[in-house]
Amino acid sequence: MTLLSVKGLAVSLGGRSVLQDVSLTVDKGEVVGLIGPNGAGKTTLMRAILGLVPHQGRSSLAQLSPRARGRAAAWMPQTREIAWPVSVETLVALGRTPHLAPGQRASAEDRAAVDRALKRMGLQEFRHRIATALSGGEQARVLMARALAQDAPLLMADEPIAGLDPAHQISTMRTFASLAAEGQAVIVSLHDLGLGVRHCTRLIVLDQGRIVADGAPTSVLTPALLRDTFGISAWFETTPQGAVFQPLEVLE
Amino acid sequence: MRLYVILLILMGTLFGVALMIGPAGIAPLDSLRALIFGGDGPMTLVMREIRLPRALLALMIGAALGMSGAAMQGYLRNPLADPGLIGVSGSAALGAVIAIQTGIAATTTLALPVSALVGALVGVVLVLMLAGPRGGSLTLILAGIAISALAGALTSLVLNLSPNPFAANDIVFWMMGSLADRSMTHVWLVLPLIVVGLGMLALMRRGLDALTLGEDAAQAMGINLAQLRLLLVLGTACVVGASTAVAGAIGFIGLVVPHMLRGWVGARPGRLLWASALGGAVMLLAADIAVRVILPMRDLKLGVVTALVGAPLFLHLIYRTRRGL
Repeated sequence: MTLLSVKGLAVSLGGRSVLQDVSLTVDKGEVVGLIGPNGAGKTTLMRAILGLVPHQGRSSLAQLSPRARGRAAAWMPQTREIAWPVSVETLVALGRTPHLAPGQRASAEDRAAVDRALKRMGLQEFRHRIATALSGGEQARVLMARALAQDAPLLMADEPIAGLDPAHQISTMRTFASLAAEGQAVIVSLHDLGLGVRHCTRLIVLDQGRIVADGAPTSVLTPALLRDTFGISAWFETTPQGAVFQPLEVLE
Repeated sequence: MRLYVILLILMGTLFGVALMIGPAGIAPLDSLRALIFGGDGPMTLVMREIRLPRALLALMIGAALGMSGAAMQGYLRNPLADPGLIGVSGSAALGAVIAIQTGIAATTTLALPVSALVGALVGVVLVLMLAGPRGGSLTLILAGIAISALAGALTSLVLNLSPNPFAANDIVFWMMGSLADRSMTHVWLVLPLIVVGLGMLALMRRGLDALTLGEDAAQAMGINLAQLRLLLVLGTACVVGASTAVAGAIGFIGLVVPHMLRGWVGARPGRLLWASALGGAVMLLAADIAVRVILPMRDLKLGVVTALVGAPLFLHLIYRTRRGL
């Protein structure tokens, strides 16, 4: 089942074109890694898909009403903002916002969703801690739990593993895989191609505002694409422990 | 819940005290009897035309300043924000100053507050035009600072060019803020504005909570930022414009009260709205009682007292914040 379809999406910011003619669809069960060099337009693409920036073209999510969109897709921005010293539970419960009608109080179902999200991120013991007093990595997990509590079929995360330790990077990617296995879908922007290769079912490569490749990791990360888009060479093999990708050199 | 009960009890008590003190020296029970049952004597007049409007105004204006401070801090996600930030109080003060300087303030009771309200309206329209149609907070702050500065400069210009030292004196004293000698007419003028304004600010509850995660995340959860900002600006304009129009500039309540109560509501910006309204009412009632008890003969100005109490409280909070880091 298709959770997102985008056709001919284009964005200009300040008179400069940052995204041109992007078309893609995302189905249930996919973990889509969005990769590309700095400034390729990854964040802009995700924000345009959600309708958070003015755009041309069509995105099925941007056409929904704001609350319906909040129930259809959860968004984790790259900046990890927690403005006030609220408890972890309070913060995670904010993910239920699109499910509540104006003036409606949290129901048993909302509380159950918060409990599930806390459990999935291993945060039960943090429930009553103050979110702003946690370490950066712990805050990232709390914000992830917030997005999970939103219970949306599609999760979009902008560099969610930046700044996490290796164990939490891997477990975050595994969480995405398990969400996909349960019938949801995830779009995640990444700079770590090694983790992308191992944990994404599909990679979309963005360069200068255009999609230059879209497909299974093994078919996308060819030496020619790595040279032309990223300017690097890499060692990429399928081993008994799964696919291993290691960037090697910067190409002049 | 307990916090609201405590604040309500405090507010009720201080409201009662505010009704019972005054230079007329009426015994407390007599004063309440005169207020409720009336009668022909001067006691009824004192209670119904002098003390009741004063206490009601302290309550309403305190609530207005408290809630708009909480809304402003929540919206800007900055504990140092204050309802004066969007230029409404400055432009209302300019309207009042012009009314005093030109002498129309002396013609009828309502000339001064209405002129201040016109000033507030002009200010808020300019701020909305400058801030632009999209929902960002940065352009709102910049527009607010620009309008505040302009209104301040024009107020100084009026004082500067004032040929009449008495008018200049009146202006300076008016700007210190006071609730002395206000009538029920003033109450009826500001009541609808404050009720509507508080209603608009109270609608921001869920949006402010969501903004804890930042503008992008809040918007993606279905919060309409442009609408939220409009509620903030119009709600603040109603309550602060009305407050400044009848009481002059009363500082620090909108800044300090939300700050003091934040810990009591688990730092949730939405819950802080009504808590700060009650807290603001408590603080302004207490300050207005202090003004009358400490120096009853010297006409101590309310804005001076709130600043004198507010600044040390604020310093204490800074100290506590610093220790928590």
